[in-house]
Amino acid sequence: MTSLENIKRRAANNAKKHGYFLNPDPDFLQNLIVGLKENEDRYGFASCPCRLASGNFEWDRDIICPCDYRDPDVEEFGQCFCALYVSKDVVEGKRPMQPIPERRPQEKIDRAMGKAPEKTVKSEAVSETSDTNRKLFYCKVCGYVTFREEPPHKCPICQAKQEMFGEIVLGTDIQVR
Amino acid sequence: MTKAYLRDSDIAHEYIDVDKCTPEERETIHQDIKKRGSRLAFPTIIIDDKTIITGFKKDEIKKALGL
Repeated sequence: MTSLENIKRRAANNAKKHGYFLNPDPDFLQNLIVGLKENEDRYGFASCPCRLASGNFEWDRDIICPCDYRDPDVEEFGQCFCALYVSKDVVEGKRPMQPIPERRPQEKIDRAMGKAPEKTVKSEAVSETSDTNRKLFYCKVCGYVTFREEPPHKCPICQAKQEMFGEIVLGTDIQVR
Repeated sequence: MTKAYLRDSDIAHEYIDVDKCTPEERETIHQDIKKRGSRLAFPTIIIDDKTIITGFKKDEIKKALGL
């Protein structure tokens, strides 16, 4: 069983790697860490403490912390849905912390609701409506490639700045000579 | 946070830990919240059966309670 310290360390390392910060309010942070541990003990994976998981890994994978929505949320609102991860502006008090809208598509929320977790984890096609705005970006320093709405704040591999990212445009041009 | 706030402020309340509910109970709660014109997120606070607040928005909670 993972300890609270482990979960907190994991989150802190992840924040540092991506150029984010953990919530500066110690009580608030502790509540989220406890929630993450509860989910990890219960489901075997640390799903978002602010959302309802189904217990089915395939249905919940987008909300395993750090969730798929963290990066666009920190980008737009300065914090993730739970406010576990926040931006520098928020830590420095330049930006207020407040509940933000849910970015997770309704169909995924609906699916996690009211259905018992399935014993066998089966892969199934999920319509990725949230992917429509995502693009491929690469780090010009180390070559790291990521698929998201905006280039990362900081390269998680080599720590290069956002400005060092370029967009990869995939073309389907076929040239015939 | 919300629970602690309500408890420490001596505000009479009941709560449901939706994550500990059965699938049937979850569905009932989900439909109820939808009917009230909100989306399922935590915490959701219903005050006097009419005001629904999503998230721990202390000022809104105070206002709805007339504090």
